[in-house]
Amino acid sequence: MLAIKDLNVAYGHVHVLWDVSMEIEQGTIAALVGSNAAGKSTLLKTIAGVKKPLSGQIMLGDEELTKLKPAQIVKKKIALCPEGRLIFPKMSVYENLKAGAFTVSKKEMEAGIERAFELFPRLKERQKQMGGTLSGGEQQMLAIARGMMCSPEILLLDEPSLGLSPIFTDMIFDLIVRIKEQGVSILLVEQNASMALSVADKGYVIQMGRIKMEGTGRELLENEEVERLYLGVN
Amino acid sequence: MVYFMQLVVSGLALGAVYALTAIGYSMVYGVLELINFAHGTVFMVGAYIYFMIVTAFPQIPWFISFILAMAVTGLIGVIYERLTVKPLRSAGMPPFAGLICLIGVSTVLQQLMFLLMGSATKQYPLFFESKVFRIGSININMTQIIIIAITAVILCFLLFFVNKTKLGMSMRAVAQDSNAAELMGMSVNFVIGLTFFIGSALACLSGIMSCMNFRGIDISVGNTMAIKAFTATVLGGIGNLWGAAIGAFIISFAEVMTAGYVTSNLRDFSAFAILIIILLIKPDGLFSKKVQKKV
Repeated sequence: MLAIKDLNVAYGHVHVLWDVSMEIEQGTIAALVGSNAAGKSTLLKTIAGVKKPLSGQIMLGDEELTKLKPAQIVKKKIALCPEGRLIFPKMSVYENLKAGAFTVSKKEMEAGIERAFELFPRLKERQKQMGGTLSGGEQQMLAIARGMMCSPEILLLDEPSLGLSPIFTDMIFDLIVRIKEQGVSILLVEQNASMALSVADKGYVIQMGRIKMEGTGRELLENEEVERLYLGVN
Repeated sequence: MVYFMQLVVSGLALGAVYALTAIGYSMVYGVLELINFAHGTVFMVGAYIYFMIVTAFPQIPWFISFILAMAVTGLIGVIYERLTVKPLRSAGMPPFAGLICLIGVSTVLQQLMFLLMGSATKQYPLFFESKVFRIGSININMTQIIIIAITAVILCFLLFFVNKTKLGMSMRAVAQDSNAAELMGMSVNFVIGLTFFIGSALACLSGIMSCMNFRGIDISVGNTMAIKAFTATVLGGIGNLWGAAIGAFIISFAEVMTAGYVTSNLRDFSAFAILIIILLIKPDGLFSKKVQKKV
């Protein structure tokens, strides 16, 4: 289980996250919804070790991750698929996947690529194509597949549906559920609150850097305030 | 025809020396988007380190002296990056701050070498007997053979290292997107250090071979080389290793052909004229490929 306790994060003098606490149970999807600049991506970057917190703890079981570097976090089987995908544009699809397996053995890498091509047949078709020439949806698939290459136990997904067509969005959410069914825990950050909460076992609503509400995905979907603020219902 | 082939041999040897230095420029620009203004001085420092090793310990085999000089120069590259560029990078300073800083590093290194070695030109030691071979009617000397052979081996090794090894992949990954590379578990600082190490070691090798070719060394040998190698890098498309190598040969051939068929006074003119023409037609250099990022 990944547990975040009283996390405070700032960019210089701007305090972004205030006493954020949350838990992600093994093999579940936790969705974090909120508006722009609420601190969602900052939370993921902090878990991934890219941003150092002012205070608070990030625990994986009994082990503290708070002060670890990104490379050490990846070795703990936690992978972040960042907002904007950040795939390597001048590497082929195959090489992008290999880069995702940087911390694992060659054998694990080969097994990972096989798994990725099974989960994303479209990437297999395009394995020799340069990452930068893929469509937005394909790049998102590649970003998720690349994140899966280190055989993560926890996958952090930052806005996976951003900029995608409705068809690709459905496809990506379908994949997220399939990844969860393989036993991977997922922390899903999304502006598309209705889709995120509909696949989530647990949901959190973040406002101005503070967790304002939490509950099961269904509870939050039916919550009037969530409906009014994030689901576009008047 | 014989005369032309003779010039080709000279062009190959000169281009080989330019290529090794140009690759160092291109590697650093690739990972940091920073022009390493200290690189030409490192070329001179590396050549002097080899000079000092072989003068102090003449009994050491030549290839050990080569490796030692390259390793020490590589370490100098890592040290000045850690002491000057890294703190600026960590503080989020823009690349031009690093660039100014590297001009400072260049001056400091040059002055240090001046204090250590003085300003007089010294004869550069050769580890082999200076012989001239004849292939048909073409003369090729031992130095040229060694320069071309070593550069060919190093370029093949780099081709393998960058494209086929895990470390090479991490260098390409950091060059394309350092944030993403970090999320894959790659250490960006290590990769940058490694890049400075390899770039500086190559500059050292280039320096040694250039000084062997001209049989002399002084503290200004890096100045012209810096301009020529940087021109080659821009010509090939900065950030592209093979572009830098090919750019180096274009510059060297332009120089020797102009010197051979027109006048040696115009050799630098021709190299820069080619650069200007190519940049007018293809501003990113000959071999740069822009991949559109989709959103």
